[in-house]
Amino acid sequence: MATTRILEWLGRLYIWVLLAFLYLPIIIMALMSFNVSPFYQLPFEWTKEWYASLWQNDQLISATWNSLEIAIITTIICVVLGSAASLALFRYEFRGKKFLQALLFPPIAIPWLITGTAMLIFFFGVGIGRGLFAILLGHVALALPYVIVVVSARLQTFAPELEEAARSLGANQWQVTSRVTLPWIMPGVIAGGLFAFAVSFDQFVVSYFLSTPGQTTLPVEIYAAIRKGFTPEINAVSTIIIVVSMALMLLTARFFKFGGEK
Amino acid sequence: MAGVQVSNLSRSFGAHKALDDVSIDFADGGFYALLGPSGSGKTTLLRQIAGFDFPDSGRIAIGGESVERVPVEKRRIGMVFQNYALFPNMSVADNVAFGLSVRGEAKAIIASEVQRALDLVQLGKLGGRRPHQLSGGQRQRVALARAIVTKPRVLLLDEPLGALDKALRVDMQIELKRIQREIGITTIFVTHDQEEALTMSDRIGILRDGRLVQEGPPEEIYDRPKSEFAATFLGDANILRGDTTGTGIRLVDGTAIAAGAGATLAAGAKASCAVRPERIRIATDSGTSDPNANVLRGQISKRIFAGNNSTYFVERDGQTLKVIVQNTGIERLAEGQEVVLRWSPESTVLIAAN
Repeated sequence: MATTRILEWLGRLYIWVLLAFLYLPIIIMALMSFNVSPFYQLPFEWTKEWYASLWQNDQLISATWNSLEIAIITTIICVVLGSAASLALFRYEFRGKKFLQALLFPPIAIPWLITGTAMLIFFFGVGIGRGLFAILLGHVALALPYVIVVVSARLQTFAPELEEAARSLGANQWQVTSRVTLPWIMPGVIAGGLFAFAVSFDQFVVSYFLSTPGQTTLPVEIYAAIRKGFTPEINAVSTIIIVVSMALMLLTARFFKFGGEK
Repeated sequence: MAGVQVSNLSRSFGAHKALDDVSIDFADGGFYALLGPSGSGKTTLLRQIAGFDFPDSGRIAIGGESVERVPVEKRRIGMVFQNYALFPNMSVADNVAFGLSVRGEAKAIIASEVQRALDLVQLGKLGGRRPHQLSGGQRQRVALARAIVTKPRVLLLDEPLGALDKALRVDMQIELKRIQREIGITTIFVTHDQEEALTMSDRIGILRDGRLVQEGPPEEIYDRPKSEFAATFLGDANILRGDTTGTGIRLVDGTAIAAGAGATLAAGAKASCAVRPERIRIATDSGTSDPNANVLRGQISKRIFAGNNSTYFVERDGQTLKVIVQNTGIERLAEGQEVVLRWSPESTVLIAAN
């Protein structure tokens, strides 16, 4: 009995330590975004000054919009192309299919630093150069394999007879896909979309290589700002982003039970 | 409603001939069973008729119209799958409504047709349920309702009762037959269960290695099998082998076996005689009630008591014959006893050696 209780207690301790490890830095950062001192000095004095000055920081705001825009467009493109590719890999047998599937994984494993350098050189070679469009292309290329892998995993649980049953009832290819297959893989598509969004929105390395001083994304802008001299505005913008993204995640988890069958 | 004609249908997958020159005429409104072991081509044939796969050569006609190059969604067929294949994201009613809905029928028509189909399969009150909330038998009925609500020209069933337990299967056999009669739809039914084929269908086609072995009403195939395979695959049969005398065979030890039905063969060729276990009478004395009867002597090696009947295994000249006797009284024969087996030539079928 005694050992069970000790183990139980250790288990709880482990969870709290883990949660603290994950969330304490974020909480401190969020608190400091409301602190008067720009140098993390205590005692804590409440202020909204940094949020107000953030509002004046055009560079940071425009970088935030750039990041959101690129992340959303990347997500849409990757979800559409990735789901279509997963369906094709699921439905059809063709020459080189195994090879194609194997080719999906290296981009996930190759360090972004290398991918970024390669893209920079390639984009200059073909005349695309740097800028937001180049960043978007890079993000799509990075995020697409994630979507295909996640949606394909979901498709593994799909019974192909369902498509046959729908066809036998007179449904054409579009009706089969939209009314039978897509509803089943939707949780995978949404999870894949979240992955794509996260890969793009978090992306620093590839964006850093492909951005130009005027056209940049939030992570790159934050990095540049810190190098110039840290201001709590960074804390403020980070806090806003964390609150928004956690709310999005919780909403998604509420409406689509990940991993569940139904 | 329409009949289905399959003519000279062949389909190969690589070197494997899944269907080899198969021709069958499925009559309008009939209930047809395709019977065969796994790999015999019965499911391939069904999928060809459905239109999931196209033949290498040959013709398929539904209601006189050639359809062998028409894709499944345009063939106006109804199909019930082995695992039901109900759409998990839809309610029972939406599952049944699917075929009408993709066709663009009006909502009011769909609702009334769906209700009619659900009533027909006795699930009128369960339209709002989800497939995972139903029992196996209920799912089976939903799959059937979904397949017939579109008024297809032909109903195709791919081992639809395979996933059900024995008692439920018998119920569903009766139910399926009732519904088929009620709507009078041409039905083609794939099964590996010979009992199912015998009890449900008007005609049976037996397939083996992609070829049609024999085709006809259940009684005809049972009483006059044309091959040892047909004799032993549909029901149980004792096979005796020897040289044919034209009207029967002579066994190696010289005993003559007279056959009342079957092939006409030139005397002297190798042939066999098939006789059903329940047609043989078993006795301890050699009374001569029927002078024309075939008679063999042997020794009971094993007896299996099954309540209403008993199965005796009788050893004779190195061969074991199976005899099934209805237990109409309490007298039983013991293992080891010497017995006389008697059966009439009419119950004996002459089959060419294969």
